[in-house]
Amino acid sequence: MDTFFLYCGLYLSFLMALSLYRAVFGPTVLDRLIGVNAIGSKTAVLLILIGLIYHRVDMFVDIALAYAMLNFIAVLAASRYFQKRKGLFGE
Amino acid sequence: MDIVVVFLIIFGLIFFTGGAVGILRFPDFYSRLHPAGKLDTGGGFLIMVALALFNLHHFSLSTLLTSFKIILIVVFVFLSSPTAIHGIVDAGVRAGLGPWTKKND
Repeated sequence: MDTFFLYCGLYLSFLMALSLYRAVFGPTVLDRLIGVNAIGSKTAVLLILIGLIYHRVDMFVDIALAYAMLNFIAVLAASRYFQKRKGLFGE
Repeated sequence: MDIVVVFLIIFGLIFFTGGAVGILRFPDFYSRLHPAGKLDTGGGFLIMVALALFNLHHFSLSTLLTSFKIILIVVFVFLSSPTAIHGIVDAGVRAGLGPWTKKND
């Protein structure tokens, strides 16, 4: 079962690398924000998988909870900041 | 029990794959938010429920608390992820970002 979790984590990292394309080359700033949000929501799952691989779920679940909150606050604050600016989509 | 866990994780990974492909392939900003908002939330829900079930193999008070915390993360993600996506949509609307139509392709 540990090997299965390991390969699931590797596949999840591959999907995060795919979302990183949108975060780097996105045509507008808000597209980059979508990519960052997708990577963050995958990271909370990946942290619990890492905890199951290392047999320390009780420690990693707190880190995952803190990361989910941090991701939510970061995306919300960035979107509140960028809505005040004109010419957002023209780069 | 392991079969249920494996099926839930594989379905969650299918959801995450759809979300990543949708974010890459959709033509404009508003349609990219659709897979980002729904499929990531659904995939995270399925995988985290599977991991909470797997964590209950050795049943004791500490593993019950850990599974409860994982379910707490699921509830928090269900509340926070659509809120964050709605915040991004609101920023796009207020900045004057137009939707994609057939004419300006």
